[in-house]
Amino acid sequence: MTTHAPNLKAQEISGGVATDQRHDSAHKHVRGTAVYIDDMPEPSGTLHGCLGLSTATHATITSMDLSAVRAAPGVVDVLTASDVPGENDISPTGRHDEPVLAAGKVQFFGQPIFCVIAETREKARRATRLAKVEYKELPFVTDIAVLDPRKDKLVTPPLTLRRGDAAAAINAAPRRLKGKMRIGGQDHFYLEGQIAMAIPGEDQDVTIYSSTQHPSEVQHMVSHALGVPSHAVTVEIRRMGGGFGGKETQGNQFAALAAIAAKKHHRAVKIRPDRDDDMIATGKRHDFLVDYEVGFDDDGNILGVDFMFAARCGFSADLSGPVTDRALFHCDNTYFWPAIHAQSAPLYTNTVSNTAFRGFGGPQGMVGAERVIEEVAFAVGKDPLEIRKKNFYGTSDRNVTPYHQTVEDNIIHRIVAELEASCDYARRRRTIEAFNANSRFIKRGLALTPVKFGISFTATHYNQAGALVHVYTDGSVHLNHGGTEMGQGLYVKVAQVVAEEFQIDLDQVKITATTTGKVPNTSATAASSGSDLNGMAAQNAALQIKERLTNFAAEKYQVPRDQVLFLPNRVRIGNQEIAFADLVRQAYMARVQLSAAGFYKTPKIHWDRDKGEGRPFYYFAYGAACSEVSVDTLTGEYVVERTDILHETGRSLNRAIDLGQVEGGFIQGMGWLTTEELWWDDKGRLRTHAPSTYKIPLASDRPKIFNVTLADWPEASEPTVHRSKAVGEPPLPLGISVLHALSDAVASVADHRICPRLDPPATPERVLMAIERLKREAKTGM
Amino acid sequence: MATLKIRNEIRFILNGEQIVLTTVAPDETLLDWLRLDRSLRGTKEGCAEGDCGACTVLVGRLSGGRLVYESVNACIRFLGSLDGTHVVTIEHLRGDGEKLHPVQQALVDFHGSQCGFCTPGFVMSLYALWMRSPEPSDAAIEKALQGNLCRCTGYEAIMRAARAISSYGKAAKDPLAAERKAITDKLEAMKDGSRIEIGAGKQRLVVPVDADDLAAVLDKEPGATIVAGSTDVGLWVTKHMREISPAIFIGNLDGLCAISEDNGIISIGAGVTYTEAFSTLARRIPALGPLFDRIGGDQVRNMGTIGGNIANGSPIGDTPPPLIALGARLTLRRGSKRRTISLEDFFIAYGKQDRQPGEFVEAVHVPVPGRDTKFAVYKITKRRDEDITAALGAFFMTPASDGTVADIRIAYGGMAATPKRAFSVEKALLGKPWTEATAEAAMAEYARDFTPLTDMRASAEYRALAAKNLLLRFFAETSGTKAPIQVSRHEAA
Repeated sequence: MTTHAPNLKAQEISGGVATDQRHDSAHKHVRGTAVYIDDMPEPSGTLHGCLGLSTATHATITSMDLSAVRAAPGVVDVLTASDVPGENDISPTGRHDEPVLAAGKVQFFGQPIFCVIAETREKARRATRLAKVEYKELPFVTDIAVLDPRKDKLVTPPLTLRRGDAAAAINAAPRRLKGKMRIGGQDHFYLEGQIAMAIPGEDQDVTIYSSTQHPSEVQHMVSHALGVPSHAVTVEIRRMGGGFGGKETQGNQFAALAAIAAKKHHRAVKIRPDRDDDMIATGKRHDFLVDYEVGFDDDGNILGVDFMFAARCGFSADLSGPVTDRALFHCDNTYFWPAIHAQSAPLYTNTVSNTAFRGFGGPQGMVGAERVIEEVAFAVGKDPLEIRKKNFYGTSDRNVTPYHQTVEDNIIHRIVAELEASCDYARRRRTIEAFNANSRFIKRGLALTPVKFGISFTATHYNQAGALVHVYTDGSVHLNHGGTEMGQGLYVKVAQVVAEEFQIDLDQVKITATTTGKVPNTSATAASSGSDLNGMAAQNAALQIKERLTNFAAEKYQVPRDQVLFLPNRVRIGNQEIAFADLVRQAYMARVQLSAAGFYKTPKIHWDRDKGEGRPFYYFAYGAACSEVSVDTLTGEYVVERTDILHETGRSLNRAIDLGQVEGGFIQGMGWLTTEELWWDDKGRLRTHAPSTYKIPLASDRPKIFNVTLADWPEASEPTVHRSKAVGEPPLPLGISVLHALSDAVASVADHRICPRLDPPATPERVLMAIERLKREAKTGM
Repeated sequence: MATLKIRNEIRFILNGEQIVLTTVAPDETLLDWLRLDRSLRGTKEGCAEGDCGACTVLVGRLSGGRLVYESVNACIRFLGSLDGTHVVTIEHLRGDGEKLHPVQQALVDFHGSQCGFCTPGFVMSLYALWMRSPEPSDAAIEKALQGNLCRCTGYEAIMRAARAISSYGKAAKDPLAAERKAITDKLEAMKDGSRIEIGAGKQRLVVPVDADDLAAVLDKEPGATIVAGSTDVGLWVTKHMREISPAIFIGNLDGLCAISEDNGIISIGAGVTYTEAFSTLARRIPALGPLFDRIGGDQVRNMGTIGGNIANGSPIGDTPPPLIALGARLTLRRGSKRRTISLEDFFIAYGKQDRQPGEFVEAVHVPVPGRDTKFAVYKITKRRDEDITAALGAFFMTPASDGTVADIRIAYGGMAATPKRAFSVEKALLGKPWTEATAEAAMAEYARDFTPLTDMRASAEYRALAAKNLLLRFFAETSGTKAPIQVSRHEAA
């Protein structure tokens, strides 16, 4: 960013809050000069690591002959579990169930068992293939469909939510039905893969450049693995090439191994796995099997719901506890369940340990809720949208969630009403009906689905943040905070907050790389919380400095404090105005501290997991989407004809950035529910581990017509940073509208009398198979 | 034959600099060389298999004497194949003075980057598009971006930027346009008629002068790896770490890149890329146009060749089934000896083709379908664009004047270990009236012809069902059905 001389006559600063600002690195992105970790110049003598992955799905290792690996050209070392000087564990929740390198036993195909350190990355990769490992195979389970969620092994304790007597309500209901659905997982497919570079320092010190959303956790994991205090480990990250939750815990392994090798050999060590290894050896979004039972009346009023959310967690807990919890927290979506019983089953499987992914279980919970709505709509023969609206949370009653938090900020009625009107839902519904009547092979479908997403980490202690702000004597500002930049525009938003507070132009604020050495004990940049938490912490730091400047000015110029006003790039003190930089210089000369550490913790929230009661969320974010599709009933191929979105982000800090989050989140959600399919073979091997086999959306998969609007009227009901609301995760479940539009098109082949029960990902194959089933059932009159 | 000149170096232009390399490993990729040897780290590695486009660069080359710049995937492009080209990377883009290039400025102004990692690749793909089509349609932009994955933006902002590029500057005034003459002259001067030979043993590569020289080289080293577009061999190296030495690079080879029509037969040299073949094939055999648009992305189509698609023998190659249905023939050559066989006979079994040691595919000859015939090809994939075939069906029918089926050839990919004819289905149709009842009766015959596999792309059940439904689609399409028959992304122009 070019820095301009501040305009001392400006009416307003350039780059304050609630203005459209470009991503702070946009001009570097387009030039290829934005530096990602693999682009940093390596220190001379840098070594490169490559992980050796298990080739058995569940087995004891009977022998591991690495002599050929060690003898290969350029190989400096081969690390195994015994080379871990500290604790051989990187389980983020402290369950001691996830080794850095597996020893003795492997629990999934692709689990890291050794790490080759060589002079070049290519030599390390070549040598890795020379290992001779023998296994004694053990029985394995990769598919949760064969497991009993009530009896089989779990990786972490389950959660139960209940309000009212669901069983009684369902039994007493005029009508009831039950069903089962499978919800697929998702690979993050961040364009920049996992990477870490460790540079050894003196004593026990090591600095690690890690592509991570959670530098503090990497710091802790590395310190445990090395057996050194946290103060010896510094973790830094300027930017990631995408994260989406895939770099919340999954970077730990690479960072730990790079650090171990770096300390052992006193040389810098970089580990960047090949894309295929990355997709095989790191976790994904959890796939679920959902059992549901619902009681309702002839009008489609839902009276009671029972859910079992069973998740494929993989071989270790990782974040499966909070992920499956959040699935339950969202099994209501925007609906009031008068009586509800919902359970989670975080199941152990011999697959890679699943992890955080944008939405963190929430979208899966919502997909379950929307299936229940759809089932009821088909059962009573009404448009699903009517059933949705009928069962929405109320604003003054019918507003208590399954976890006993009252929904205080419900705006879904207005969001849906506005979208329904703007997208011309009713007329298009009739047009589609007419089209389908006259089209033999191609059928259209339409669906409007709502979103309510709970904002806050459900682990209450994570809802804190720190920031560090320095004002230099020329009036320029150095900003640092605990949040990480992965493309979401966090850095520029927080900088806008600081610029606003000091009333200085945005280009006077330098955004600096996240590092554990500047702001300690940070939370992951996750749960959509980045701007809410770090924006407030940075604002707090700026306010402290402003307070000192105000006191200084009041004293020096002998005016009351309320006559010190921060105007754009200047300060009015009594009757005179001086440049912000001049006040800063004067304050420095008078020995005023011009640096501050800011802090924030989210108020009001609490959660008692054992009781299943509390207020886990500070507030909710809302949106809705309407999608229309065309489906080829001969092949199951489809296109999205049109999507309309109305989403809210409170009083947005930066609508340009928020719009990108909404558009991108929707497409990512659509991909999850349509073409992105994870496929394991009968040997337990994931076979979709590269973009050639795992298909995320392309530009040509966008809706042909794509109207996205940010509602301009909502503001956060709570005093969030400038009354803005979180936007990272809430747009992702807008993609559910595409799944339901596909389902609607499928349903047309049986005259909308049979619920298609179309399970995601709705690949062309799934769509065609659902069409065939409906045609069959319609024929046999089932 | 004149005395053969042999050169032991590769020469090309990188951005503004003349490059001469005397040590080049046959399996060294352009991407690794740029990033590791040249420290040009604007070009990113996202997948190392030519799918994500983060490594997109432009390669300018002389094609029929004209300088063309094409987007390619640097991750699977071998350094040894770049002789006589102009490699343009993201670092070469510039606007007036200190300004950003129009493509870059548009992306900044329309918020087209979020994490930014894919962005240099998008810039390069849009740059290539803008130079050849400054005011592109949405369909053209989407096609140009089929080989670029973005996980953050949902593409909408990138599309907005792409539509606006020309409002930031004129393609005709772009530095590459201004330097066109000078670069053309330099590349012409580099063509010195030499065979290139570098290295020995496991580190050997050869770039023949022309097709005759290729025949000579291969005759001497029949075990060599022939590398045309490297869209397949590239992965042997980056993913399987296979040795490919000695490698013979035949991309852009004189005598192998011609496409011509004679007496109703189009002959396509084995080195003709999808991009080069597109205009002729889409004009003469219109059904092939939409198919070619769904093979890889631009980067792959700019490198990949029809000859390679045939020669590698894959059961899921997209060109063999339609070419078999059309009755194409294949010329194989060893030394000066040539033989021409029916294309379908080339595929013997999985991994086994009728190609003798020292022999190479020289050309494929495709009869242009007559006016009274019906030809269609349908590709089924999980994702519409840039996806590998789950099943692909090609249909070529000649109706008789009485409305019966006089002749029919049906060939499928993805349904067996090789591209394969549906003989039983054909038999059930031959001589019958071309009616829906005939088609439906023939659909029952698919089970005799194919026993497809289940894999990550599709289940056996889906392949079997969708494959036979394609016959119904073909019937509907050839019998004047008014209602839409296929879903479409863009209405036909």
